[in-house]
Amino acid sequence: MASQVDALYIYLLLVAGVMTAVIFLGIMVLAIKYRRARHPNAEQIEGSTALEIIWSIIPLFVMMTFFIWGAVIYFQERTPPADSTEVYVVAKQWMWKIEHMEGQREINELHVPTGQNIKLIMTSQDVIHSFFVPAFRIKQDVLPGRYTTFWFKATKPGHYHLFCAEYCGTQHSGMGGDIVVMEPQDYAQWMAGGTSAPLQDTGKQLFSALGCATCHRFDVQGRGPNLTGIYNKPVLLEDGRTVIADENYVRESILNPTAKIVNGFKPVMPAFQGIVSEEQLNALVAYVKSLSQPPTGTAGLQSQPATSPAEPQKMQVQ
Amino acid sequence: MASIGIPANQAPKLNYLNNGHSLKSWLLTTDHKRIALLYLISVTVFFFLGGFFAMLIRLELLTPQGDLMQADTYNKVFTMHGMIMVFFFLIPVVPAVLGNFLVPLMIGAKDLAFPRINLLSWYLYITGGMIFLHCMLTGGVDTGWTFYTPFSTDYTNTKIVEAGLAIFLAGFSSIFTGLNFIVTIHRMRAPGLTWDRLPLFIWANYATSLVMILGTPVIAITIVLVAVERLFHLGIFDPRLGGDPLLFQHLFWFYSHPAVYIMILPSMGVISELIACFARKRVFGYKFVALSSVAIAVFGFLVWAHHMFVAGISLYAAMIFSFLSFSVGVPSAVKVFNWTATLYKGSISYATPMLYAFGFIGLFTIGGLTGLMLATIGIDVHVTDTYFVVAHFHYVMVGGVLMGYLGGLHFWWPKMTGRMYPEAWAKLSALLVFVGFNLTFFPQFILGYVGMPRRYWQYPPEFQALNVLSTAGASILAVGYLLPMIYFVWSLRYGAIADANPWAAAGLEWKTTSPPPTFNFDETPVVTWEAYNYDEIPHKERRAPVAG
Repeated sequence: MASQVDALYIYLLLVAGVMTAVIFLGIMVLAIKYRRARHPNAEQIEGSTALEIIWSIIPLFVMMTFFIWGAVIYFQERTPPADSTEVYVVAKQWMWKIEHMEGQREINELHVPTGQNIKLIMTSQDVIHSFFVPAFRIKQDVLPGRYTTFWFKATKPGHYHLFCAEYCGTQHSGMGGDIVVMEPQDYAQWMAGGTSAPLQDTGKQLFSALGCATCHRFDVQGRGPNLTGIYNKPVLLEDGRTVIADENYVRESILNPTAKIVNGFKPVMPAFQGIVSEEQLNALVAYVKSLSQPPTGTAGLQSQPATSPAEPQKMQVQ
Repeated sequence: MASIGIPANQAPKLNYLNNGHSLKSWLLTTDHKRIALLYLISVTVFFFLGGFFAMLIRLELLTPQGDLMQADTYNKVFTMHGMIMVFFFLIPVVPAVLGNFLVPLMIGAKDLAFPRINLLSWYLYITGGMIFLHCMLTGGVDTGWTFYTPFSTDYTNTKIVEAGLAIFLAGFSSIFTGLNFIVTIHRMRAPGLTWDRLPLFIWANYATSLVMILGTPVIAITIVLVAVERLFHLGIFDPRLGGDPLLFQHLFWFYSHPAVYIMILPSMGVISELIACFARKRVFGYKFVALSSVAIAVFGFLVWAHHMFVAGISLYAAMIFSFLSFSVGVPSAVKVFNWTATLYKGSISYATPMLYAFGFIGLFTIGGLTGLMLATIGIDVHVTDTYFVVAHFHYVMVGGVLMGYLGGLHFWWPKMTGRMYPEAWAKLSALLVFVGFNLTFFPQFILGYVGMPRRYWQYPPEFQALNVLSTAGASILAVGYLLPMIYFVWSLRYGAIADANPWAAAGLEWKTTSPPPTFNFDETPVVTWEAYNYDEIPHKERRAPVAG
């Protein structure tokens, strides 16, 4: 991606260089040629509509090449390939917390293997930050209250700057770190050094501990929708709209379930806003996304009291 | 009050400057020319204050470590620099100083349509300015001039509401100025001065006024919303309260992008006047230059989200705003081409105002072309929020606006004060400004592309060389800006006496005395000629020094 951005940049520099040269030289030549000492009497010339049209249309045409090329690159930058490895990022004043799917956690460092597409799923605990890796020519703001995503593929092992690019307070300029790009075998070794449980396993435990499994059952129809295989599928809402169950939808449905009620269910699920941390939320989202098949473990089958009094629940999805 | 029967080629006994010397005659004046001078003094104070903060920034960035001041102090310093320069200098400078002075003179009117509202504008501006100074002296603000939420509403304990109030008042000052200009230009033109005979400076101020009255209320509302969320914790922008932080950015940029055109359009108007006068020619493609101002004002309202390509707006929204952003590029390019074409077969003099006009075209060309790069989304993703953007908007807003302002100030100084400035010093300062400016800001383009984010108090050592260059340039630039301050003041007493039309320029403002009488014209002028009729006005080198 970096080389594509650079190629476009060189094209822009060339066009801009030519334009600047034309205007600067034009002014210099005209200013010298028609200086008063040499040309004491100006000759009045009205405008020329033909010229006006020419110097409107040609720049417009050139600008459209900028637009199209830039939009194509942007489209690629914002469209993660299906085989991307997902990494969760939580930003806060003033650090980057990274969670790998395998359970490895890092602060202000992100280890990635070469040749692998990496999709970052990012959110902020407080203010707006921005994840900026100049070497990869990419940047994405990280917002509180929602996920933003982007992807990259590193090609060359090494350490690369990670900066926060959106002003976020006192230590904004200290909120940096390293992207550590490793050969796949080194990366595997590094990854094996960790001891944490995979992210979706943490999510599975939370799913059970928070009582989600009471209503979101996988065996029989509970009071909440069965979550098997819902990720990235369309969901029909009560008000007739259809939305895609992406990360932001799952997130919102946990934090503020009544915002979008799935058709056929009642708004009975309590809001988890302020109850689960961003890290727990990431684990839950990772777990829900992993449910392409009904879980074989115990989570959905646990026979908790179906009418646990304080928490009648309800969620989305058919 | 009006001066009576004074021949145009003699220094008048009674003019707007010596017609009353009491403090009251200045502070309660409704004369647009005196109000322009009140603005001139106040924006100059704010300019040097903002410039002082700029020097602090450049000194801190001389070294990679944060060593000159604390991080919090630095954050306040760049915030104060931005807010002062944007809201208390760049937005009012050309319309409120040159516009105020010249709009009635150029259209042959006695004053603006609402002289008392004009005075009220200045008082709103000064009140806002005083509140801002109080805010600054009692702690200041550390959000950056952009006030991004939820940082500004929930995560800073600095004086957001007070700074907001100051900007709110300054905003109304600019709304009233815009309103006054629009009514004046519609209703008070001299007989025969039809729309297609108006000086391009008037067209530019007209377009600017449209943006002022349509855009400024939005920033006023936005400031109120920030204050409401901050004071009463109503969920408008903070997601924890059910708000949307991006809503703030949409509202903010809906004003603050067009605000760039409030700054640059009047300067473009100045440049058209200067080039016509010093090339002794009608501006090439007059109608296209006039309408391009209006086109920029209109398109300027449709491009705000290009500040938000990485902020979390949707893929397709970003593409639409990228596309629309290029639409502003066309009328801007049209202006530059027409100015260049005006030189063709002219009779060009290199007086100081013309040097500034050349400088303007140079800096605006670079600022505009890098703007096209930023509108190209694939590039913007990499360079937004880096020094590339800082360099770009300084080229447009400072390079462009200040070149136009200084060029205009030199050009109309004899009209405003009745005195000439010292030409040699002025040429030197124009050169220093141009060289210093490029040395300060050009390295920042490179700095941005190699990845230095903006608003950084400390930075990795590999960025140091370019930062040192930039700071060196800033020192030259500072001298370039201080010099005119000194010789303009000097000229008030020692400058050569200016006659009514020292440049042999076209335009009604040159047909009255220098300085003009309180009511501008002894007799209402009747216009029977097109704008820039330089074929009918011989330049000074070929005629007796008498105004035409």
